[in-house]
Amino acid sequence: MKKVTIRIMPKQGVLDPQGKAVQTSLSALGFSDVKEVQTGKLIELFVEDYQNIDQRVRDMCDKLLANPVMEDYHYEVEEVART
Amino acid sequence: MKFAVIVFPGSNCDRDMYHAIKHVLGMEADLVWYDNSNLENYDAILLPGGFSYGDYLRSGAIASASNVMQHIKAHAEQGKAVLGVCNGFQILLEAGLLPGAMLPNKNLSFMCHYEPLAVANHKTCFTSNYEKGEVIQLPIAHGEGNYFADDETLSALKANKQIVFTYENNPNGSAADIAGIINRQGNVLGMMPHPERAVERLLGSDDGVKLFQSLIQNWRDAYAVNA
Repeated sequence: MKKVTIRIMPKQGVLDPQGKAVQTSLSALGFSDVKEVQTGKLIELFVEDYQNIDQRVRDMCDKLLANPVMEDYHYEVEEVART
Repeated sequence: MKFAVIVFPGSNCDRDMYHAIKHVLGMEADLVWYDNSNLENYDAILLPGGFSYGDYLRSGAIASASNVMQHIKAHAEQGKAVLGVCNGFQILLEAGLLPGAMLPNKNLSFMCHYEPLAVANHKTCFTSNYEKGEVIQLPIAHGEGNYFADDETLSALKANKQIVFTYENNPNGSAADIAGIINRQGNVLGMMPHPERAVERLLGSDDGVKLFQSLIQNWRDAYAVNA
């Protein structure tokens, strides 16, 4: 079985109000050394082994998991024990 | 003229939309559950506001991947009218029927109040009963209405007069003050403000009525000369 970890982040230059709010909040707690915060999503998929896994994952990201207008995604595939 | 109000799990403005069409405009309307794929008998499809699928993943994303979207796309390709309001607009963006995407409001707050809007294009089948540049009052109610598109898309929207409504006092950070846009063909409109919640003066504003009247009048002119 494969584990696919997909990291989805706002595109460069796209406003990330959540990240901005977290930065402001950290600053209020005294962590003023934090100059920028970016927030995103992490999605884990557990899938049966198959060929063309890269193409499948990219299809899933393009069709549903990420919105290419405002988000970029990266993913990693690793072997995991069947549970 | 017969309207379908598509109801997704989590829609919550479906009954307001139904009320506006059925009781204020006096037209035929059905609440259509999203897994009912037969939309052939409807002249216009309305995607109401709400929180379809709890806004999981991204607002409108899960609804945009449901089977009914294929039927809505087919309906739109025939040139028939589609109106998405609030979450309905977000669904149209996610489905690719309109360009761009929605970000969280710039101030991160859910905002629920009347906003003045300018009718930026009164030559569409949704806005022909408004005056050019008319300023109207419609309620907004959203947390993610901060319209985003790349510069190329924004230029194309402007050049093709696809920006239909703009905010007078941009409340959410939307690019180019955009409150509503239409597709190139002119039959698919998405907007964050709620025309269906502004159909009776007693409840604050009836500025939304002309949008539905425009749609009905244009449909009559096109399809039902003797109706």
